[in-house]
Amino acid sequence: MSVAVTIETIEKRFENFPALRGVSLDIQPGELVALLGPSGSGKTTLLRLIAGLEQADRGRVLFGETDTHDLSLRERRIGFVFQHYALFKTMNVAENIAFGLRSRPHRARPGESEIRKRVSDLLELVQLQGLEKRYPSQLSGGQRQRVALARALAIEPRVLLLDEPFGALDARVRKDLRGWLRELHGRTGHTTVFVTHDQEEALELADRVAILNDGKIEQVGSADDVYDHPATPFVCEFLGEANKLPVKVVGSLAFFGDRPVLGGITQNQGGLASLYVRPQHLRIVDETPLALPGTVEHLRRNGPLRRAEVAVEGLKKRLDVDLASQVAPAIGERVRLRITHGNLFAAA
Amino acid sequence: MTTAATPFRWREPSILPGFGLALGTTLTALSLIVLIPLAALFIKAASAGPADIWAVATSPRTIAALRLSFMGALIAALVNAVFGLILAWVLVRYEFPGRRLIDAAVDLPFALPTAVAGISLAAIYAPNGIVGSLFAPFGIKIAYTPLGVMVALIFIGLPFVVRTVQPVLEELQSDVEEAAALLGASRARTIFRVVLPQVAPALLTGFVLAFARAVGEYGSVIFIAGNVPMVSEIAPLLIVIRLEQFDYAGAAVVATMMLIISFALILSVNLIQAHARRRLGDV
Repeated sequence: MSVAVTIETIEKRFENFPALRGVSLDIQPGELVALLGPSGSGKTTLLRLIAGLEQADRGRVLFGETDTHDLSLRERRIGFVFQHYALFKTMNVAENIAFGLRSRPHRARPGESEIRKRVSDLLELVQLQGLEKRYPSQLSGGQRQRVALARALAIEPRVLLLDEPFGALDARVRKDLRGWLRELHGRTGHTTVFVTHDQEEALELADRVAILNDGKIEQVGSADDVYDHPATPFVCEFLGEANKLPVKVVGSLAFFGDRPVLGGITQNQGGLASLYVRPQHLRIVDETPLALPGTVEHLRRNGPLRRAEVAVEGLKKRLDVDLASQVAPAIGERVRLRITHGNLFAAA
Repeated sequence: MTTAATPFRWREPSILPGFGLALGTTLTALSLIVLIPLAALFIKAASAGPADIWAVATSPRTIAALRLSFMGALIAALVNAVFGLILAWVLVRYEFPGRRLIDAAVDLPFALPTAVAGISLAAIYAPNGIVGSLFAPFGIKIAYTPLGVMVALIFIGLPFVVRTVQPVLEELQSDVEEAAALLGASRARTIFRVVLPQVAPALLTGFVLAFARAVGEYGSVIFIAGNVPMVSEIAPLLIVIRLEQFDYAGAAVVATMMLIISFALILSVNLIQAHARRRLGDV
């Protein structure tokens, strides 16, 4: 039922604005892939291209071995969940879900009792039993979302596409639905692509994450891959916070000013570079040879995290430092920071 | 146990001030402009006495005139509902040269003195007119027949449907149509099952407005109708004729009948609409 989706060097322009500039992506059957990027990065355009709602200027989208170019929207058999759900508000929940089945040509259309059974099965799957007679306006956001999903699943889609599936929901419902969607994917095994701008959502939910920026894919990989080994500065900054230090690499050492701050560099990158360090990879230490002196200027608490903002001479932006539980610096205190892990990118 | 008797209140006072002032103004204006004149109409009609009222109300000429006015208005409003919907759809959905011009032209029936409209329509739809001469060879007469009445009523009612449906079509989310297409619906099914049901309340409103306008229309119709009693004489004209004969009570009786029928029709349509709105929610 699920198919592989192959995207080959897609290009797409709107008026004079290049939305996608040569995007290629292979999606395995049954895989759950996130398209992650800031607004305007082209992620929604890519999703709509896979669905067939937009036509590419160049490049192909294949379902398995089939080029989708000549397939009608019906033949593509796409389950699409729109950002604002796009439920038919003049139809009740059951009619919404049955719409796809009733839209089939006469010969392929299941009988009424079969349709009723399918609708009730799907309602059970999305845990909305008993709401078949409700209208969309009588449902909560999370319930509408699940109706939209049931409606998309009713046509036994070959590919399931979700546009910002949790975008319009409040934080709590979001979290619940995330886990539920992951579980549902495990049970139904549809090839699934979803678009999001929330990196946490993408990393938690997806088998693989494709990070888009400015119409191009910056990196594709598992959550661990892209988070721990970002391929580009953009990926590094987009996936969570990072402090940026201008450094100079000489041999295996990175220097900030004339002070060595990071050793053991094996990448062959001599010369000027940018060193990206996440707040959890900065540690307040006693004297060590590789350390960055600074002054604590702010202390904040963000849920379980305590964070210090440390001003470093020669750096305009204060460094964010996550504090270990036993460390309690005072504001104004001079500290030394050791970088436990960083990502180096040659200066552009 | 004592229960505090709650004194009767018009309405829970809102935290926002001005309810009393606003309602007072509304009732005053409504009374001066609408309610008092209508009440005077009823009183005048009642002054005729039961026998005369019955005679006027059941006279074949009155019934024929009322039938023409209401049936003509109904048919004209139906034609406008279909034609106006298509026109609004074209204006909203397609970009083409001259779109703004057509958009502006829709309002002309509002702006034109109705007599001017009536005279032009009569000239064009007369058997020797530009359009009338196309139908004349088939023995179809438009001007100076009930058909002519309907042409005039369609003309004056068109803007109502277009202007009520247009904003709803503009706000229709395109993702709903895309969703239907991706679910495998044909274009026709998408339009009839998804788009039209959402436009229906606005279409109904436009239909009622066009209908109400057409029932009361006088100026344009009298020029094209020919005004043959029992055939192409509309009720408003009958009222004017009675007035010219100084039969004020008779005029008031016909007017009251129009009033009651119109009010009943419009009220029932509004009730249908309120019911639909409750179900679908005002989204």
